[in-house]
Amino acid sequence: MDQTKHTEQHTLVALVEDKPGVLNKVASMFRRRGFNIASLAVGNSEQPGLSRMTFAVNGDEYTVGQVVKQLDKLIDVIEVADITSERIVTRELALLKVKTTPMNRGEIIQTVNLFRANIIDVGSESMVIEITGEEDKINALHNLLSAFGIIEMLRTGLVAMVRGQANGMANGHDGQVNGQS
Amino acid sequence: MELTGAEIVCESLLKEGADVVFGLPGGAVLPLYGSLSRYPAIRHILVRHEQAAAMAADGYSRATGKVGVCVATSGPGATNLVTGIAAAQMDSVAMVAITGQVPRSAIGSDAFQETDVTGVTLPITKHNMLVMDVKDVAQAIHDAFHIARTGRPGPVLVDIPRDVLLGERTEFVWPTETKLPGYKVPGKAPEAQVAAAAELINQAQKPLIMSGHGVLISHAYGLMTELAEKAQIPVITTLLGISAIPTDHELNIGMSGMHGMAYTNLAIDEADLIIGLGMRFDDRVTGRISAFAPNATFIHVDIDASEVDKNIKTTVGMVGDLKAVLGQLLPKVEANVHIDWRLRIDQLKAEHPSHIIRESDELLPQYVVQRLTEVTQGRGIVVTGVGMHQMWAAQHCRFTEPNTFVTSGGLGTMGFEVPAALGAQVGRPDTTVWSVCGDGGFQMTMCDIATAVECQADVKFAILNNNSLGLVHQLQELFFDEEYMASQYTANPDFVKIAEAYGIRGIRVTKKEEVVDAVQQAMETAGPVIVDFIVKEDEGLFPFIPNGQSVKEMLEEPAPKEIL
Repeated sequence: MDQTKHTEQHTLVALVEDKPGVLNKVASMFRRRGFNIASLAVGNSEQPGLSRMTFAVNGDEYTVGQVVKQLDKLIDVIEVADITSERIVTRELALLKVKTTPMNRGEIIQTVNLFRANIIDVGSESMVIEITGEEDKINALHNLLSAFGIIEMLRTGLVAMVRGQANGMANGHDGQVNGQS
Repeated sequence: MELTGAEIVCESLLKEGADVVFGLPGGAVLPLYGSLSRYPAIRHILVRHEQAAAMAADGYSRATGKVGVCVATSGPGATNLVTGIAAAQMDSVAMVAITGQVPRSAIGSDAFQETDVTGVTLPITKHNMLVMDVKDVAQAIHDAFHIARTGRPGPVLVDIPRDVLLGERTEFVWPTETKLPGYKVPGKAPEAQVAAAAELINQAQKPLIMSGHGVLISHAYGLMTELAEKAQIPVITTLLGISAIPTDHELNIGMSGMHGMAYTNLAIDEADLIIGLGMRFDDRVTGRISAFAPNATFIHVDIDASEVDKNIKTTVGMVGDLKAVLGQLLPKVEANVHIDWRLRIDQLKAEHPSHIIRESDELLPQYVVQRLTEVTQGRGIVVTGVGMHQMWAAQHCRFTEPNTFVTSGGLGTMGFEVPAALGAQVGRPDTTVWSVCGDGGFQMTMCDIATAVECQADVKFAILNNNSLGLVHQLQELFFDEEYMASQYTANPDFVKIAEAYGIRGIRVTKKEEVVDAVQQAMETAGPVIVDFIVKEDEGLFPFIPNGQSVKEMLEEPAPKEIL
């Protein structure tokens, strides 16, 4: 299709039924249609029986539009929205296990403090650092700590929320994803 | 009264008006068969292979507009349904498949005949569910039928463990509503879009309607024809859209696409507006997408939001039910004549007469189809498999009523022709069904001739027997330097003797003069008949727009006439 091929990361949120197999259905759709998930985070929502998923998806407008429509087509997906252009807050949590020596421990602690991250475990030759923030902040800390040697890293993937009173979904939001031409 | 899960399935089927199920029993689903024996209002048709159960349910659904139901046991029973389910998914056919599963306690243990059927069918169903509590059975069947038949129809699989079918009993309470908060069925389109579409139509000089399966599913053929007549817009049907408008209607300009008529594809090339109704601009319709309808803007109406702007960038893309949207659109469209455009299409037809079958002393397969449709006068139902015979049927069969052409389009499933014809005939018992078969596909599913005989189904199997996988053979000839491999048979069975073995009439036809008589004899014989037409083996299928090419690369036969 003759579409703008400008690729960027989009943030999608979806409200889904909390039932066995739903994560499989969502993941299977991404796989079989060749869409890439940069990250996916799932957890309970404010409504019992419903979970909220946050997706970071890389793609151009056309591809991400397709992702939204295909997600919305899944029966277990109640609502889905691309909130990239909304006023949103995004957070991710990461744990980093860093190699330490008596010589560089002080320098690492300084760096961690600069980022307002936390040291949650200290061993004789390593420490575990917890950081919460936007993706860029985590990437920046990761880069700085790489110099010391990272033994292990774990990131939860992005979670996102629209600021203010809106819940990110217009209830019965058909017009938001359907019929755009 | 408290019922078992199996009894609740039967009660639920009755509530849904499902009076026919196609199936084959086995261990895990036996409790359901026990109950079925006590529900004579549900007719069970025993197939020879579960693949036929799914395909018969498919044919039944397409011919009747009702939900087709098939039943199989766990493991191999369920996996044998898979091809039929995938075909139904690709062609938007309303189907409910009910499968038995190993008992709950055995799930995940690699028990005998255990397969993760909801996992296997996840990408080829509209929805599926594993029912783990007898109290959920009625709601599951209720919702399965609702999902299968509404919106863009599709297959829904309900997997029920043996001990849910036959264990704890519960009160049967038929649900009054669905429990599907995430399921939305579009209706009307926004008025602003309708107005924009009407303006495009009113301004167009060379408009074309492309009418797809959705027009038939939504029963919108009347409104579609009204729209075409009001503004005198020529109508193209997709493969699955055939029969939405009578073949002989003056505005019907046939099927387009890879094996569509030359003039039909050439008209698309010149059109300034394409109105796609209930179709999805798939690759067999468009060829190379960048070269498709280069002079046209697009209006697209589909009930599936994910189809709009998927393959073609539209100027107006409307998500809605076609009957509702055409109802909105019709009053806004002005009467028109488009006389120059229609004359131009007539001219293209005269210059590119690929719809005319050439004279030959040999028995051409197209000739068989043409004579057949003359005898039936375009009445009854035609079912096909996949391949050359399918395209010749699509090109040359005449249709007078909607929903009378049943074929496997999207998935392209060989062998569909036998069970789907059976299912269609069971659904429309007053109608003669002609199953136009290839000798390849026929042999994939001919075991279910026995089922047709048991049902005394009025199905006439017309095998266009070229002793080969003809379309494969042609592709090897044209694109693989005539390196023929595995496309010709050396020991086809005697299909007349096959017929005799099943206790039905078999007729062999080898000459042109015998065709009409054989067709008439088949029509006069009650129940299934096999007619084995020994056709010219190396007859090619034309026109042909090779894969990924455009109308500019179309291969025509007969060759275009000198432009006068």
